[in-house]
Amino acid sequence: MTGWDALDRFLDTDPEDVGCEKAMALLHIYVELVRADPETATERYAGVEAHLRACGPCGEDFEGLLFAVSAE
Amino acid sequence: MARLHELLLKVARAEVNRRRSRLRLAGPELDDLAHQAAADSLMAITGKLDDFRGESRFTTWAYKFVILEVSTKIGRHFWRHPTVAMGAEDWERLPDRFGLDPAGSAEWQDLIAALRRAVDDVLSDHQRRIFVAIVIAGVPVESLALELASNRNAIYKTMFDARRKIRAELAAKGYLDTRTATGRHG
Repeated sequence: MTGWDALDRFLDTDPEDVGCEKAMALLHIYVELVRADPETATERYAGVEAHLRACGPCGEDFEGLLFAVSAE
Repeated sequence: MARLHELLLKVARAEVNRRRSRLRLAGPELDDLAHQAAADSLMAITGKLDDFRGESRFTTWAYKFVILEVSTKIGRHFWRHPTVAMGAEDWERLPDRFGLDPAGSAEWQDLIAALRRAVDDVLSDHQRRIFVAIVIAGVPVESLALELASNRNAIYKTMFDARRKIRAELAAKGYLDTRTATGRHG
């Protein structure tokens, strides 16, 4: 990947991105759906998925909750 | 309640351990952070029990609180013990920030110059401060939120707008694909 590719990817914004507040409000529901049925999670929560891809801190929290639930 | 606290502590310990490679914290400090996160999340959960609507298992809903507490406490730790200055502007670190080879090539010099111009030309002072702190200095969002008495959502929205404006500017100047920029962002 070139520097321009990396920059382009970083600057790219998705209009469907729901933002941190809504993504965190739905996180527990989204995590369970990702585990049960990833395709439906993508269809039903495209805006959450777009946000978690773009937001490092929220993406990290998603990974953490997924890890916690999976470890049960 | 004791059983819930036990579960929250277990999750908090696992989470700080999962993140430990990116932290500058030793074992006892990590465990202390996990204990604080478990105690604070238990308080938050007991205060918001009426908000639980059964849309997920109770434990998944509760674990979310402790994961977010761990995030916040790590951000607070960095804020108290910063490794970089909030306003540091070492633009040569940009390749590092993207996980790519160090700067020095003609491509990187062109990219950095174009990006700096765009940042200076199209961002407001507030957007510029946040963009530089996160992208160039590498300040964690949670720490920046504390520094600015703001929150993660507000910082993200500012960054979202800044990214969109910079991308449009770089596309207009011919550095990035204009069709993609106008197609996705109107």
